[in-house]
Amino acid sequence: MTYLDHAATTPVLPEVVAAMAEQLGRVGNASSLHASGRSARRAAEQARERLAEAVGARPSEVLFTSGGTESDNLAVKGLFWARREADSRRRRIVVSPAEHHAVLDSVEWLAKHEGAEVTWLQVEPTGRVTPEALAAALGDGTDVAVASVMWANNEIGTVSDIAELAATAHDVGVPLHTDAVQAVGQVLVDFGASGVDALTMTGHKLGGPMGAGALLLRRDAECTPLLHGGGQERDVRSGTLDVAAIVGLAVATGAAVGGRVERAAAVSRLRDRLVAGVVEQVPDAQLNGAPLDDVVRSGPGRLPGNAHLSFPGAEGDALLMLLDARGIECSTGSACSAGVARPSHVLLAVGAEPDRARSSLRFSLGHTSTDADVDAVLEVIAPVVERARRAGGRR
Amino acid sequence: MRVLAAMSGGVDSAVAAALAVDAGHDVTGVHLALSPDRQTLRSGARGCCSVEDAHDARRVADELGIPFYVWDLADRFREDVVDDFVAEYAAGRTPNPCLRCNEKIKFTAVLDRARALGFDAVVTGHHARLADGELRRSVDAAKDQSYVLGVLTPEQLAAAMFPLGGMTKDRVREIAAERGFAVATKADSHDICFIPDGDTRGFLARTLGSRPGPLVDAATGATVGRHDGTYGFTVGQRRGLGVSVGDQQPRYVLGIEPVSRTVTIGTADLAGVDEISTAAATWTGAAPRLPLRAQVQLRAHGEPVPCEVQAGDDGGLVIRVDAVQRGVAAGQSAVLYEPDADRGDRVLGQAAIRDSRRRQGAGSR
Repeated sequence: MTYLDHAATTPVLPEVVAAMAEQLGRVGNASSLHASGRSARRAAEQARERLAEAVGARPSEVLFTSGGTESDNLAVKGLFWARREADSRRRRIVVSPAEHHAVLDSVEWLAKHEGAEVTWLQVEPTGRVTPEALAAALGDGTDVAVASVMWANNEIGTVSDIAELAATAHDVGVPLHTDAVQAVGQVLVDFGASGVDALTMTGHKLGGPMGAGALLLRRDAECTPLLHGGGQERDVRSGTLDVAAIVGLAVATGAAVGGRVERAAAVSRLRDRLVAGVVEQVPDAQLNGAPLDDVVRSGPGRLPGNAHLSFPGAEGDALLMLLDARGIECSTGSACSAGVARPSHVLLAVGAEPDRARSSLRFSLGHTSTDADVDAVLEVIAPVVERARRAGGRR
Repeated sequence: MRVLAAMSGGVDSAVAAALAVDAGHDVTGVHLALSPDRQTLRSGARGCCSVEDAHDARRVADELGIPFYVWDLADRFREDVVDDFVAEYAAGRTPNPCLRCNEKIKFTAVLDRARALGFDAVVTGHHARLADGELRRSVDAAKDQSYVLGVLTPEQLAAAMFPLGGMTKDRVREIAAERGFAVATKADSHDICFIPDGDTRGFLARTLGSRPGPLVDAATGATVGRHDGTYGFTVGQRRGLGVSVGDQQPRYVLGIEPVSRTVTIGTADLAGVDEISTAAATWTGAAPRLPLRAQVQLRAHGEPVPCEVQAGDDGGLVIRVDAVQRGVAAGQSAVLYEPDADRGDRVLGQAAIRDSRRRQGAGSR
């Protein structure tokens, strides 16, 4: 099996499995006062400190959640509600159209049910949001509740310069949330240095467990809770802590961040080989997103493991199926809940024609990727594309 | 063989896919997203078309350990089936959308794509027997679907597999239950899939709008009522005519004339026909020599009737049935069978009904 879908989820690291299994064998609610509770709390708080250190946050800024979707919902809705409550003029949300659906659908829900007004950011053809575009959308900021721009795009891998964007938002007194689910462990993510007010991350994209994530939330950021109950996590996210998952998340984050520089170099070398090889085999294949060697102030302008390509005349879902049948696992991007392939909203947002959007594939490399994986793709990509083209476009 | 299993999410296609796997084929499951309602297909919408059916199909595929994909054929389905359905009614005919879907979607669009992608055959859960290129009725007469497959050509049949034709529907459900498929007890689908509430007249009224016209009594030529659209009527229809004629005898729809929007009605003695003219026929095998003694089925759940088939003037057929028939509607298919009690009646081919008449007495209509 050639697994090239690390942006969907990553293989769990062996040390994570071991740490979680050990913790699962212990009884104890981290909110209990007795010895078992204290032991669980100690494990959870050690994990919080470890994770905070890895991503440049203070431990008190780490709120454990069930993952990226919950963190995005909590940040967007919670910041919107709290900021509007403080000043009823703040009804506007400034957001990029290339965000993950966890942000987009939260924003659209607020627009439909809570009277929010949405200002869609202009994105560059690479998918990047510039400080100029953000400044233009924010205006004087008085009517803006929150802005949200992802650190790195999950489909085309484009990195935005989040520190600059945070400074731009703060110039007019607006908090910035960033979805950094794909960024942590791939590029340098320092929560404190970036200046953002809220940051979404999750475990299963960096070798950790599913169902475990965090929202990094500045201590001065007011955020209305979605979940009410026992008052855990600064009263912003109630619910008994899933200590084993939290331990797994922290171990994974530590490992991903700790080995980032070497792994990014290795993965980007493989990715560059993959893209060059595919374009050699299929000369009219087009790379979507930022150039492979693109840079922003904080580092690479494109995630090191991301290769997002369009194959004109072929449908992405036919390519996916043919590759799957040959043991190669990748992704087309978005599908609705019935499983119908849709042109990627990200590609449409960056101005791609629907046919180009529909003909695209995402290969995402990660910590288990090897030269043999790249070879496997290069061996079959030409006949697969040719066959998919014969199966035709949409008639 | 590399086989593509069309999986609707129902019990029949689930068992058909399972039997194809059992037979040793390399099977891939595909669910066809056909909803013509683009709004319910909106990306990210939580009310996707047939989300539940797609889920049911995927569950079975996962249990079988076969790859599974959803193919979006909504555009083609709308053009080739739904638009055709509406246009046929607008032209005063009574179409069969299931037959059209088999012809244009399952065994053209899907089969073409499957072949291009390297598959050798398409397997479906239709209740019909297919062996040595010969298409026959299912052993389960009540569930037989050979009528809606009668339009398939030899080339299409050569790449089709219908593993359920040799068993009853009860047996299909038993197999599904033995395998633990959750769809084992799922209700049969009926009616027209793109009219889920079953209100065909309402669907057509919404699509075509009000197109009023007269109801004329065939015996007197008198206008006895008005209607909102000829699409509300099918030849042979007795109920819902909305008129009462003095003599209290039941009236049947005899004919529909779309240009003047006239619906002609008459008494039972005028409703029977015994000669049917058709458009050009399609054959499931080599075209037979005419004239030919055969049986003909004139609607999806109709009884087969002995007949003689002759060549018509314009490439079509003239079918003379031995017994007078009522409710022979233009647009429906006349499917021809060669009776065979042992192996199942064999489908010879089909042709779309153009018009019908009584050889003695009443004239053409």
